[in-house]
Amino acid sequence: MKKSLLILCVIWLPMTALAAGGDTAGLRSMTPALQDKASLQNGMQLFVNYCMGCHSLQYQRFSRAAEDLDIPRGLVEDHLILAEEQAFNDQMQIAMDAQQSGTWFGKAPPDLTLVTRLRSSDWLYSYLLSFYRDAEQPTGVNNSVFPAVAMPNVLEPLQGVQQRVCHDGDCQLELVEQGRLSPDAFERAMFDLTNFLVYVGEPSRLKAQALAPKVLIFLAVFALLAYFLKREYWRDIH
Amino acid sequence: MERSDKPKAERGLMRWVDDRFPATQMLREHLTQYYAPRNFNFWYFFGSLALLVLVNQILTGVWLTMTYTPTAEEAFASVETIMRDVEWGWLIRYLHTTGASAFFVVIYLHMFRGLLYGSYKAPRELVWVFGMALYLALMAEAFMGYLLPWGQMSYWGAQVITSLFSAIPAIGPGLAEWIRGDYLVTGITLNRFFALHVVALPIVILALVVLHIVALHEVGSNNPDGIDIKARRDADGKPLDGIPFHPYYTLKDLVGVAVFLFVFCVVVFYFPEGGGYFIEQPNFEPANPLQTPDHIAPVWYFTPFYAILRGVTFSLFGLEAKFLGVVAMGFAIAVLFVLPWLDRSPVRSMRYKGWMSRVMLGLFVVCFTTLGVLGVLPSTETRTVIAQICTLGYFAYFLLMPFYTRLEPTRPLPERVTD
Repeated sequence: MKKSLLILCVIWLPMTALAAGGDTAGLRSMTPALQDKASLQNGMQLFVNYCMGCHSLQYQRFSRAAEDLDIPRGLVEDHLILAEEQAFNDQMQIAMDAQQSGTWFGKAPPDLTLVTRLRSSDWLYSYLLSFYRDAEQPTGVNNSVFPAVAMPNVLEPLQGVQQRVCHDGDCQLELVEQGRLSPDAFERAMFDLTNFLVYVGEPSRLKAQALAPKVLIFLAVFALLAYFLKREYWRDIH
Repeated sequence: MERSDKPKAERGLMRWVDDRFPATQMLREHLTQYYAPRNFNFWYFFGSLALLVLVNQILTGVWLTMTYTPTAEEAFASVETIMRDVEWGWLIRYLHTTGASAFFVVIYLHMFRGLLYGSYKAPRELVWVFGMALYLALMAEAFMGYLLPWGQMSYWGAQVITSLFSAIPAIGPGLAEWIRGDYLVTGITLNRFFALHVVALPIVILALVVLHIVALHEVGSNNPDGIDIKARRDADGKPLDGIPFHPYYTLKDLVGVAVFLFVFCVVVFYFPEGGGYFIEQPNFEPANPLQTPDHIAPVWYFTPFYAILRGVTFSLFGLEAKFLGVVAMGFAIAVLFVLPWLDRSPVRSMRYKGWMSRVMLGLFVVCFTTLGVLGVLPSTETRTVIAQICTLGYFAYFLLMPFYTRLEPTRPLPERVTD
């Protein structure tokens, strides 16, 4: 009893120092579904069509994605590799020059290979849903997750136009003009896009999860056998 | 000339080897006739586990080196190549990154065992000192390895730590420049840290491991009761409470290895980022010398010392606060080396020491852990005060030890080890 109380104190006291903190409030939560190949495929299509004009995935190869997401090579070559000089095994680079785009936007659009690991999937998902019209910004839009963002809302044809409405300091985004997709369909599309970028951040995630049970079961059995062997030998000791 | 006192195999290949190399003799001295106390408990698993993690780090490290490129331009991309395009590269890298943290988990528990049962006390002073040198080499190894992925936190962590040297009066700025090989952390620094991380320090660490184990086997292992098992022997001269390391402890350690690997693999396969503590989030962005991250925190295993450093916010005797912080941090590590000479207790184990030793050890653990937590967080006024109090607690444990270990009444030692 005295011992466990002591252990409790030893663990608890330092934790009080951790108590304050945590500023991820206000983000929509997004749980990736890496098993959902259809979602990942749709996400890749959205990425190539809407993002890849400016954002590269410089560490990710088309071929790696094609293999992992079960997309036939022909489809990738015909519909997802848009630049003529790019081949199936190439990395998903873009043609836009970073120095020029830096001048145009004020900041070169970042590479997105690791964006979900750098900022989290919740952040990306919320960001994609949070553009709103703001006449004061040079691009005409702003983003409530990333204020004064340099990126124009390239998803507007899909989503439509949102407006920021505030009541007593409590602000919300309201759709004032619907785009090609219904609000639900747009959220699903952004889920797919985020899901794809979560996959790109760590292509080995599914392989790790597939391999893990085998390794852990082996180790559990091994631990058990080792324990019985040890017990057998130690019979002589006590 | 044949020397007859050496144990040798009767015949066969082993005999051939024994005539040329003391194989049988070494096997006996270090395994089959190395007598370890029979009452080792949970805390005694971590020595062999540290060896296991060391082997893991060396093997995975060798394979990482095959694809990693140690230049400022290519380092970050080459790590991503390992993660994506190298067969099993992701697993090799996660074993290495998780192994780094696991190494410190295991080492901290191993060191705590030493504090708990007085394993540093005579005649094991050198075992402890070699162990501390190992810990120091391991910290240097981990620090330099952390720069290699060339992410934002790698870069700025190295920038902050190397700039600590510039706080030393007179020679400081020149020293920091000499360590970096440049005015800032650059590709030059990366090259030399790579050389030190993969060649120089592993050699030092392996040599120290040999010294640590040779010194240990010379004097024999301590035990939870802290009594000398060699004092009571049977007719053959074997310690009554000792059992051969092999097969008894090799098999017991094998169980520990399996359980450890299970937990280790859960992290490697499911949580390789360790909640942002094993692989920090800002490290997924390539190093950018022009953009300082909002909050620079060292990896978790350095944070107690980092908190001590940051806790010194005042100047004294005309010396800068930053320099005093560096001195406090250096002293916090240096004091560990002289621990064997601070403990004046007639007994080794906490089981027979008095209440003062127990309270002080508890205080030490609370302070060290609190400092570790504080070192991760951005500093505020309150946190700085807590860090200062914990720094006092940390030093009090060591500096008051000569007094409280002598003053307190101890309990009588048992004749034989207890179960």
